Amino acid sequence: MAYSGRARESYQNELANLRGQGLFKKERYIHAPQGAETEVEFPAGNPPRKVINICANNYLGLSSHPEVVAAAHAGLDHRGYGMSSVRFICGTQDIHRELENKLTGFLGTEDMLLFPSCMDANAGVFEALFSEPDVMIADRLVHASIVDGIRLCKATQDTFKHSDMGHLEEKLVEHQDKRFRMVITDGAFSMDGDIAKLDAIVALAEKHDAMVFVDDSHASGFIGKTGRGTHEHCGVVGRIDIITTTLGKALGGASGGCVSGRRELVEMCRQRARPYLFSNTVAPVIVSGALKVLELISATTERRDTLEKNTLYWRKLLTDAGFDIKPGESPIVAVMLYNAKLAQDVARDLFAEGDLRCGVLLPGGS
Amino acid sequence: MNELKQVIRDYIVKEYLEEGDDRQITEDTRLITGGIVDSFSMVSLKRFLERKCNIQIPDAEATPQAFDSVTSIAQLVKKFTNP
Repeated sequence: MAYSGRARESYQNELANLRGQGLFKKERYIHAPQGAETEVEFPAGNPPRKVINICANNYLGLSSHPEVVAAAHAGLDHRGYGMSSVRFICGTQDIHRELENKLTGFLGTEDMLLFPSCMDANAGVFEALFSEPDVMIADRLVHASIVDGIRLCKATQDTFKHSDMGHLEEKLVEHQDKRFRMVITDGAFSMDGDIAKLDAIVALAEKHDAMVFVDDSHASGFIGKTGRGTHEHCGVVGRIDIITTTLGKALGGASGGCVSGRRELVEMCRQRARPYLFSNTVAPVIVSGALKVLELISATTERRDTLEKNTLYWRKLLTDAGFDIKPGESPIVAVMLYNAKLAQDVARDLFAEGDLRCGVLLPGGS
Repeated sequence: MNELKQVIRDYIVKEYLEEGDDRQITEDTRLITGGIVDSFSMVSLKRFLERKCNIQIPDAEATPQAFDSVTSIAQLVKKFTNP
């Protein structure tokens, strides 16, 4: 048997170490649709309990919206369940392209390409666009999927201190000998909730002949006056070269991601990005739901306006109560406890009080 | 601290510590396991050493262990410096 007792013991010891360090993650089984209130079985085997959910990325409350669910049902009826093919063989329906066109219009970009997830988009985009003569300069707190994508690419890698524009400019100057320079950042940082200084980043990029990449997964649909994202918030719509984002958070919360931006860059991804080339894309039922989501959030800003008000209220309450929170405007509100085990313990105790949140630990956050 | 270690230390302070971060970096301070340098941003340190010392450090040798202190980094540099 290849899976020897020595291998089993080794993995068992590693898992025991994670438990001992308070870094062992457990899933919570939800017995109801995603929502502000839900029913959770935790620990596994216990009867489900009703709790308030404040750890989902269901920013606009659209994950279980009746019109989105109805549109998904209709999509299932009219377009079927699966495609059983990658996009470029026979896995593209007209609604895939319709969603790409509508999302392009929403984001204010030139074109876009759907991916099975934004993790896949970030994993594939850099390798498709850059090679040895180029350099990728990333904020040090970018999402793990970007780190993985950068590591898969043969271009030179570099980083700048989080949101430090002086340090970024030093790096841009240092790499002037490269063919292409790409500055890479999250739009809203998923763990601390702060928003990238995109106006300053774009100005530096234009000064030093660099392109700009933004992962706006934690902003698309609600940041900016009409919810277009951090590029709208910072006044740089049309000046970001690549935006990646997800359908798995505010935009319905199911799954799927995209690379959006300059026409030629998107087309290069269609030709070369391996997660696009070698996996099925988003299922028709999700495409149908996402089209309805776009229709809803394009018709009115009411949902993102409510979220903005709730965010201000929540941040004020936590601050007044004496909690140490990371300042910012994002609905991601990081309550700093500075100890992984303490974060787990607090999450456990709050769950006992009827409140579902989870402590975020390395490698998810620090 | 010899001259090589001083050069490495100075670069680490400038490149990795935020403004106002007054942590002291000694030759044995844990850099990777201590959370001062992460494996993602470590590449700029490797590039700095290669340029400054005119050496090539193979990727296989540029491990988190080898980059975990000023002392271990200096040992790595010496290994690839011509006598």
